[in-house]
Amino acid sequence: MTEELAFRGFEYAPAPESRSIVRLEDAYGLFVGGRWREPAETYTTISPASEEPLAQVGQAGPEDVGAAVAAAREAFAGQWSALRPAERAKYLYRIARLLQERAREFAVLESLNGGKPIKESRDVDLPLAAAHFFYYAGWADKLEYAFPNRRPRPIGVAGQIIPWNFPLLMLAWKIAPALAAGNTVVLKPAETTPLTALLFCDVLRQAELPRGVVNIVTGDGRTGAALVSHPDVDKIAFTGSTEVGKAIQRELAGTGKGLTLELGGKAANIVFDDAPLDQAVEGIVNGIFFNQGHVCCAGSRLLVQESIQQPLIDKLKRRLGTLRVGDPLDKNTDVGAINSAAQLQRIEELVAAGEQEGAEIYQPPCRLPEQGYWFAPTVFTNVAQSHRIAQEEIFGPVLSALTFRTPEEAVEKANNTAYGLSAGVWTEKGSRILWTAQRLRAGVVWANTFNRFDPTSPFGGYKESGFGREGGLHGLEPYLRFDGDATEWGG
Amino acid sequence: MTRVPVNKTYKLYVGGAFPRSESGRTYEAEAHNIAQASRKDLRDAVRIARGATAKWAGMTAYNRGQVLYRVAEMMEARASELAELCGGREEVERSVDRVVWYAGWTDKIAQVLGGANPVAGPYFNFTMPEPTGVVGIVAPGEPALLGLVSRLAPVLAGGNTAVVVASEAHPRAAIELAEVLATSDVPGGVVNVLTGLRDELAPHLASHLDVDALDLDRGDAELERAAADNVKRVVFARGDTQSPYEISSFLELKTVWHPMGQ
Amino acid sequence: MSSTPVLPGGFELPLEPRLPRIGAVDQVALEERAASLAKRSIKQESKRFALELAVRMMDLTTLEGSDTPGKVAALAAKAIQPDPADPSVPSCAAICVYPNLVPAAVARVRGTGVKVASVATAFPSGQSSLAVKLLDVEEAVAFGADEIDMVIDRGAFLSGRYAKVYDEIVRVKEACAAAHLKVILETGELGTYDNVRRASLLAMAAGADFIKTSTGKLPKAATLPMLLCMLEAIRDVHDETGRVVGMKPAGGIRTAKQAIQNLVIVSETLGPDWLTPDRFRLGASSLLNDVLMQIRTQKTGRYQNPEYFTRD
Repeated sequence: MTEELAFRGFEYAPAPESRSIVRLEDAYGLFVGGRWREPAETYTTISPASEEPLAQVGQAGPEDVGAAVAAAREAFAGQWSALRPAERAKYLYRIARLLQERAREFAVLESLNGGKPIKESRDVDLPLAAAHFFYYAGWADKLEYAFPNRRPRPIGVAGQIIPWNFPLLMLAWKIAPALAAGNTVVLKPAETTPLTALLFCDVLRQAELPRGVVNIVTGDGRTGAALVSHPDVDKIAFTGSTEVGKAIQRELAGTGKGLTLELGGKAANIVFDDAPLDQAVEGIVNGIFFNQGHVCCAGSRLLVQESIQQPLIDKLKRRLGTLRVGDPLDKNTDVGAINSAAQLQRIEELVAAGEQEGAEIYQPPCRLPEQGYWFAPTVFTNVAQSHRIAQEEIFGPVLSALTFRTPEEAVEKANNTAYGLSAGVWTEKGSRILWTAQRLRAGVVWANTFNRFDPTSPFGGYKESGFGREGGLHGLEPYLRFDGDATEWGG
Repeated sequence: MTRVPVNKTYKLYVGGAFPRSESGRTYEAEAHNIAQASRKDLRDAVRIARGATAKWAGMTAYNRGQVLYRVAEMMEARASELAELCGGREEVERSVDRVVWYAGWTDKIAQVLGGANPVAGPYFNFTMPEPTGVVGIVAPGEPALLGLVSRLAPVLAGGNTAVVVASEAHPRAAIELAEVLATSDVPGGVVNVLTGLRDELAPHLASHLDVDALDLDRGDAELERAAADNVKRVVFARGDTQSPYEISSFLELKTVWHPMGQ
Repeated sequence: MSSTPVLPGGFELPLEPRLPRIGAVDQVALEERAASLAKRSIKQESKRFALELAVRMMDLTTLEGSDTPGKVAALAAKAIQPDPADPSVPSCAAICVYPNLVPAAVARVRGTGVKVASVATAFPSGQSSLAVKLLDVEEAVAFGADEIDMVIDRGAFLSGRYAKVYDEIVRVKEACAAAHLKVILETGELGTYDNVRRASLLAMAAGADFIKTSTGKLPKAATLPMLLCMLEAIRDVHDETGRVVGMKPAGGIRTAKQAIQNLVIVSETLGPDWLTPDRFRLGASSLLNDVLMQIRTQKTGRYQNPEYFTRD
């Protein structure tokens, strides 16, 4: 039947998510002390899918940062500390409920400004962000149960610097525990993704959060540096590249300020020969193509047992053919835009290096849009441990596949990296999961799954992936001071 | 022109609905006719509470926390009505805050009570708390609202279902609370409220072999003896208190071992 | 139709101890993948094609103790011309009935292109001797059935007697002669996706032309994850041997939306080549009217009223 022969698969519909749900201002100020402060300098933030300018936002300078810290200090010394913890909790519950109510609006804005597919911002980023606020709201008046006998108290003012890959979610990961513990914050969103943080200020207004408890200062690395070096900030929380993390650690040396770092990764996704193959393929795909691979804990190295290398790689390559790369606002898009021109350049450079090093590149046929920043899903096979693409974090939709023969070899290769954020293990055998998990030097081990996050589950790295944990009871600790901290000998 | 008010009829709350007692009886309390539950009503309520355990315990802890928070939202909205049926505005506010407090425990209690146990061998060993099942609550006589809330919230936070024998002298606050529960996304059957005579109903609750735990308003040797027939966990209301250990009274601890090897 | 069934790689006799070691499927991951595929949104034009394809793929079914020639005649008429108000709507693929009703069915569809499928082998339980089951098949074929939908012996499968299950399918396939054979696994009784995968591989090894989820006598059998699980087994056999085996979900598909989700999963898992009644069928009864309603909605732009569609 000619109709059938002509039919080459369903054509998927464009997204009904209209942009009109988001009301974008032409320009945003800085949110300091509960008010909008006029920035001296501004820059344009764009949509990476189309390079369309979206709004002017502030480039906060040292005076702006100083004003924000002062507002945070004032709120901490005054109103915020005076509140009973149960009442503080209620503000956090309000924020959680408001994020749930306005979830669609935030999801659309997140995809527009950052480039990630709407189905991810809608189904992952927003629900998790609301859940983080809900979870930590519950701890605010229960700290003595989390840290018995230690008399937990807030530390004061926290400076928080977040990345562009999960802008609103990272904001939630930072602000929720900090506030639950009784602190006030100054938060700097990433340079390329300020908009959901700025919209969040409207949620703060609706929640009637006391002024100065949360301050948002937008800007590039200079703003971050000003925040890190400000003397009246008690603690810095940073999520971003290992390189910048090290610079911050050096900067804070000798100052006595608290620091937590959540840095890069080069996670190994280990597939044993008895793994359920089709589901392992889903896990691999999710591991490296979720959020275009802009994920610190991405499974960017596939370690496949040599005996099943061929069937697994064949299935993987076939599966790549069903990935849809395109408009982030399209509900059917699986892989969105690369966040910025700079990031795209980094990816291209490392991919070129991979080809030069002798690895074999595979990319499914993929029509990429003309405007915007795009990179096709990519798999390198015949990768060796000594290749750059097996060692350096690419932070893009690029997978490097290596093989191993025995469980010991898998663990050795998985651990043979300066990073230690996460790892994946695929096998049907329970004892092997636990044996492997026990030996992996990684802060998060996913067995027969990948990229699972929950506010109750602590997240953070070993080695150069950083220190400190976010999520769970442990996520409160960096934001508290305790009895018994820094006592003298004999005291 | 005088307007004649429409008076409320006070019925039981069972399976998410408001039936009258199968016995057709009422008794007088707070100058109103209150449904007087029979042992058959209690029998039905326990059966329904048992049927509701799978759904309530099967929800994620996060979802249960959200439902309890919604209960607080609905209580806050009805604060003035509730205030008239109990000690007043302050008792209502404390009750709402107590529900919010327990709502925040659903997804944290496991981290405080459970965890990995470092056994001496190549085994992964971890302890997880689980709900005990159906809890029979003999509510404190008073305070009319805070007393019941203080017992019910930890039971629910732990993932259990409940059959409540409400305060005999002050039952209307319990029924108003039931109306709140009915509008708070609490699945039908998770909470069942029986108004009536304590001394008529409590012995049947205490001796029912399909009730897992008994929460008593005070020490009562006869009820405690009856509870022994199926080794019920017997818990005593500890007055105006809130603690995660009120939740753990209604949790079972399960410990799982698994070898770690290639 | 392949005359010599080829064993998929990994099978080695003896069958009994080997089969449980084959074919692990992770439940959580499978269900998530199915749920994620269910969120695909297809274009209006594709939707119309999909709806008409769903009609052409339908095995319109009646399997009741109370079935009569009159009932079957009405069903056949519906299968031939589903929407009298719109003759452009195509016919269904087949009607599916009990063996006693096959003659009445055959008489009604003769010359129309609609096939007659008959259940057989002591449907739905399969709890009879091989001799009885083979006689059941032979009679249905003699009555004129084009297709036979058999049930596997779940009792044998669940007690580990896989060789018996396998042999029965081989013998039934022989008894089918020219008729095509669908093998019903009754996935709702098999317990785990691992078992569904094993039963699928076993049935394909024994010569099934189609594998089918259910008898329709258990509630909600043809779920999307179940479909995906069986399609993955079909894909593996096709990859290893080139053999084409079709798939038929049956039981619990009631809405056009579900039907389209099924088709999307087939398309993304096996490719557009599988989107033909020769390789995919939908076993349903109440589904047809919902699909017809959606077709009319697509054509007229107005939400429809079920009263305007015939009930046969």
